[in-house]
Amino acid sequence: MQHVIEAKNIVTRFGKNVVHQDLNLHVNRGEIYGLLGPSGCGKTTLMKEMVLLQHFQGGTMKVLGCDLNNITHKKAQELRQQWGVLFQFGALYSSLNIYDNIALSLREYTTISEALVAEIVSYKLDIVGLEQRVKEQYPSQISGGMRKKAGLARALVMDPQLLFLDEPTSGLDPISAREFDMLILRLRERFDLSIVMVTHDLDSIEATLDRAAILDEKSVVAEGDLKTIKSTNNVFIKTFFKGRQP
Amino acid sequence: MFSFNGKTLSLHAKVQGDTVAIVINGMMNVKSIASIEPLLQQLLTHPLPSKRFEWHLQEVTHFDSAAALLLYMFEKKARSLGATCKFYTQTHHQNIIDAVYHRNYESGSVTDHRLNAVAAIGKTAVAKYRSFKDFLAFVGELFSALLIYILNPKSIRFKEIYYAIEESSINALGIIALTTFLIGVVLAYQSSVQLKMYGANIFIVDMLGISVLRELAPLIAAIVIAGRSGSAFAAQIGVMKITEELDAMKTMGFDPYLFLVLPRIIALMIMMPLIIFFADVMAMLGGMVVASIELGISAQLFLDRFNEAVAMKHFFIGISKGPFFGFLIAAIGIFRGLMVENDTRSIGINTTKSVVEAIFMVIICDAIFSIIYTNIGI
Repeated sequence: MQHVIEAKNIVTRFGKNVVHQDLNLHVNRGEIYGLLGPSGCGKTTLMKEMVLLQHFQGGTMKVLGCDLNNITHKKAQELRQQWGVLFQFGALYSSLNIYDNIALSLREYTTISEALVAEIVSYKLDIVGLEQRVKEQYPSQISGGMRKKAGLARALVMDPQLLFLDEPTSGLDPISAREFDMLILRLRERFDLSIVMVTHDLDSIEATLDRAAILDEKSVVAEGDLKTIKSTNNVFIKTFFKGRQP
Repeated sequence: MFSFNGKTLSLHAKVQGDTVAIVINGMMNVKSIASIEPLLQQLLTHPLPSKRFEWHLQEVTHFDSAAALLLYMFEKKARSLGATCKFYTQTHHQNIIDAVYHRNYESGSVTDHRLNAVAAIGKTAVAKYRSFKDFLAFVGELFSALLIYILNPKSIRFKEIYYAIEESSINALGIIALTTFLIGVVLAYQSSVQLKMYGANIFIVDMLGISVLRELAPLIAAIVIAGRSGSAFAAQIGVMKITEELDAMKTMGFDPYLFLVLPRIIALMIMMPLIIFFADVMAMLGGMVVASIELGISAQLFLDRFNEAVAMKHFFIGISKGPFFGFLIAAIGIFRGLMVENDTRSIGINTTKSVVEAIFMVIICDAIFSIIYTNIGI
């Protein structure tokens, strides 16, 4: 299984509004893959389709070898434990403190001891660069950047193979954003992760992405490494990367 | 010594001379290690089977950080008991172990900050006191905003008031009609049984008329409106606070008290008497239906008797409570909305509180009215 995600001829419609028409792309194992494109082109929608939050109207999508069109509930639940999702604003559960937010899946899906849960939670907090004292705090008591990191720690808690990031650097200051890029690269090294992310951040795109797809005009107008993409003739690509070429 | 064969991994431990050899095959990940964790605990019980543990993990196919942390914990405990561990692993699994060992943090769980009973009572008392002070501040702001309305009638947001009237009152008429009609039916039905025994059938009109007009219709209407519209105010304003809409309004120079708070309060104060009137009509209708079926009192007779037996004052006493109930429900709902803090849980808590407090205050208010009216002899 070389491709962790394979989308073929995806069609998405909201009523009469067609969002994707015959969209094709694939994500290789171990790479950091970007979904780029102008706002409103359906990047986040596509990502939601990949993580079974939203249904598409046509085509086939395979995630980690599972065909999402005819997936059983049991298989879907298994799949959900093999990926981690970081939402744009962290989406931490506000009634739980950071520790319990991260420990939730461990307690729900495994029977490991509380001592080991504590070890795992502490370790994940450390790798995303949060101090241990954050554990006791509630999501409303920490800053947006910390919430994102805690959300990332929660996404990583089951040691997933696949990580989805929705605008991971948006809303962060430039220094934190670059730190976040480094963090993503480091995580990929350490955990053999494949990462799919929606992003607008040019620095982040240059620093982290191996390959990317540009979504425009309801479909993928360019897919490949950044060099291939930049050489594609498309209005969005030209304006987006303008002045960035060396 | 012992063996374990699971679906995805197997573990064999045996004593070889002065060492314990632990051989693990298969997948060692967060899902599978739960099955071997208790076995490893057993190995470290007193007296130790040996002072030396050798881990043979070369055949492990999948290895994640949770597994590495399990080994870390084992080694740490073994070391504290004076034993040593040696791991034989594949190189990239060893890297994961090394990453876990390389630490500059103190791991641990969160401490439970539950308060003892006395401290909890104290904390609640202080919170109640603060919330009371906040409510006083809210009422103060409310009246200063009202002053602006009175001094400058142009600033009254009629459009907002109309909108609030429709949302919180007109749309509630259906449920008000249903509940009060049923209350009328139930009351008449229950009392008809008793009245029949004395042959005092006609007194059902007196009984229903006075109890419904004076007490029941206003109370039931207020309770329904508190549950339906007061809670909506709290949730709506609470969400606006979380999404920073209230702050946006303030920075643009729109005082939320003039734009959001007063229109809603005025709307309910205007509408509550009308809702009570509507509730009166529906409850009496329900009573009339039952009276005619159960006691054979025709609608004509019912209305004639109603005219004679039920004085106008009862109707006006009921209606007069309307603006006060309306004020309490709207003010408490909005106050609770404004008390929402920056997390979603607090919306739920405050919405619940808005309903509970509004109903409680309505009943207190009703009791006060009851005392006042009795003392002045009406």
